[in-house]
Amino acid sequence: MDSILSLSNVSKSYGNFPVLKGIDLDIRKGEFVAILGSNGAGKTTLVKIMSTLSSPSEGVVEISGHNVADDPASVRSMIGVISHETHLYNDLTAEENLRFFGKMYGIRGDGLEDRINELLEQVELSGRSDDRVVTFSRGMKQRLSIARSLIHEPQLLFLDEPYTGLDQHASRTFEKVLQDLDPKDTTRVMVTHDLIRTFQMCNRVVILDHGRIVFDSPMSDVGSAEELKEIYISNVKSHSSI
Amino acid sequence: MSDRSLTGKILPLLAAATMLLAIGMIFFYLPEMKGESGEVLDSSFRIFYFHMPIAITSYLAFTVVFISSVLYLRKGEYKWDIVSRSAAEVGVIFALLVLITGSIWAKATWGWYWIWEPRLTTSLALFLVYVAYLLLRQAVDVPDKRARLASVFGILGFVSVPLSFLSIRLWRSAHPLMFGEAASGSGGGLEGASLQLTLLVNIVAFILLFASMVSYKMGNEMLEEEVNELRSSLK
Amino acid sequence: MIRILDIAAKDLKEEFRTKQMLNSMVIFSLLVIVIFSISFGPILGSSENVEMVAPGVLWIAFIFAGSIGLSRSFVAELENGCLEGLKLCPVSRAAIYTGKAVANIVLMLIVEIITIPIFVILFNYNIGGLFLPGLVIALGTIGFVCVGTLLSALTVNTRTREILLPVLLLPLVLPVLIPAVMATGSALSGASMGDISQELRLLLVYDVVFFLVAQLVFEYVIQD
Repeated sequence: MDSILSLSNVSKSYGNFPVLKGIDLDIRKGEFVAILGSNGAGKTTLVKIMSTLSSPSEGVVEISGHNVADDPASVRSMIGVISHETHLYNDLTAEENLRFFGKMYGIRGDGLEDRINELLEQVELSGRSDDRVVTFSRGMKQRLSIARSLIHEPQLLFLDEPYTGLDQHASRTFEKVLQDLDPKDTTRVMVTHDLIRTFQMCNRVVILDHGRIVFDSPMSDVGSAEELKEIYISNVKSHSSI
Repeated sequence: MSDRSLTGKILPLLAAATMLLAIGMIFFYLPEMKGESGEVLDSSFRIFYFHMPIAITSYLAFTVVFISSVLYLRKGEYKWDIVSRSAAEVGVIFALLVLITGSIWAKATWGWYWIWEPRLTTSLALFLVYVAYLLLRQAVDVPDKRARLASVFGILGFVSVPLSFLSIRLWRSAHPLMFGEAASGSGGGLEGASLQLTLLVNIVAFILLFASMVSYKMGNEMLEEEVNELRSSLK
Repeated sequence: MIRILDIAAKDLKEEFRTKQMLNSMVIFSLLVIVIFSISFGPILGSSENVEMVAPGVLWIAFIFAGSIGLSRSFVAELENGCLEGLKLCPVSRAAIYTGKAVANIVLMLIVEIITIPIFVILFNYNIGGLFLPGLVIALGTIGFVCVGTLLSALTVNTRTREILLPVLLLPLVLPVLIPAVMATGSALSGASMGDISQELRLLLVYDVVFFLVAQLVFEYVIQD
């Protein structure tokens, strides 16, 4: 299988404080990778670097063969990010939000309108397309946020703790929408604290601790969610938050 | 380490020696200033030999801030931020001294502490820009972000200074520049070799003073960085 | 290029929907005019006095109103992490800056168009022409907003952003304010383009220089 994302020897430090120390990671097309780690292990920084928001102090990040540092624009049009932040403008309607971001990705005209309608239907918000986002519930915003992230049909999707602040019902809808995506088309990288969901959804698990990768294995080698928890605890030195 | 303590001792000593020489020259070496009709002028002009070198030094300080800000944004190396903040703090002191010595001189020769004249107003604007720079540094807690935002402001501030000089000149050109010649200082009185030499020694003295203050400040900042680093490694 | 306009249009659409910022800017600007006209009341009888203080008063009103607007310019972008969403799009940082600046210029011009008639009435001002004062005010506004938009992004993440923005902004816009006030005065009392060519040239230089510098450094302001 082809590699879509590769990091070689990526380090990042803020001032004199190192956050990531020599990360090597290779993600192949169609994988669903979970990145686990305690708070402060460097997960958020890693996602920021992979999604072009932050540049590494050292090392190279390549997405589909494009070097992120040299060609951020091509990389950005290939990736999507869903995080606990919805990236939506409160005072615009659902449709206007999607239209604005669509234009930002260079999609225009009829193609854009069709895509917006299709996405609104997928996330079950067609009836609310003309309502301002500020009137939406947390779960609806999160669904619209998924639509927003998929407007340009990204090949690589980052999920940065997407479950934060979602209730049971919203989480289930979220998962359903996510699973409707064809895994052959989309590669997914999820940062989370949730070991059970990780075990159910992902096919590869990477554990980060103190800025280093301490565990990396296909999920098929992990027998159960319990086993994953044991692996996690034995690999993470400071298990303050699990 | 030995390198640091070496410059740490020699530079201030050199600065102190030159400063003593400079002050001595102002009071004992300089001949009395004669007016056009041959009368002896008031000694207040001697403050000019402090005033102008201080002004030059403050410009130098802000040029250093500008260059190290550009370098910080380009390279992201912390040392450039240390240079920026040290030069800016010392520069603000010098900019304030420019205003103070200028006002004293103005009071003695023109009878007012302050007039709205291009050079004075520019000095005031310059002072305010870098006071704002220090306020910005205080308002940001994260060291990385502080360095980045301050660098941006250090660049903007430096760009605005020549423009404010131009606009203030324009503003005042509608009125007669009453003290334009006098304020530009050098005038015709500085042709004598002894005067030029005194001025030169003073400029060198103040630049050395600036350099040693900045190097002290940088030494302090570096020690602080080390302390922070040790503290975070203990956690 | 077209994305710059998309960003500006998005900002303006948001603003016109709530009119939160626009209302407070207009009211603030009018209040400044009213307060000055009350406090200068006794001396406004002579047209000479009016001509002396009026351009300054007008620009104080614009700048106060502008600072209010600018201080909110990036606040909406921080809600829900929108700025991050925008940074993830394949749009250059300079385009984001320019789009925001264009929207801010439009908002300020609207405030100015509402303020000026009220100002003319309260100060018994006789306007000598419309084109030239309009040009001067537009050039001054562009310079003010070019710096202000950058500083708005710069201060939005700091602890004391509402206070810090004017403190940083005013010394930097001094070179645009002085020629703008002078040229506004001359233009309003009927000067010709030739009379204020020096001021116009300086305003233009300021606008161009700060626009270019701001575009260059903006990416460092919104980095994390």
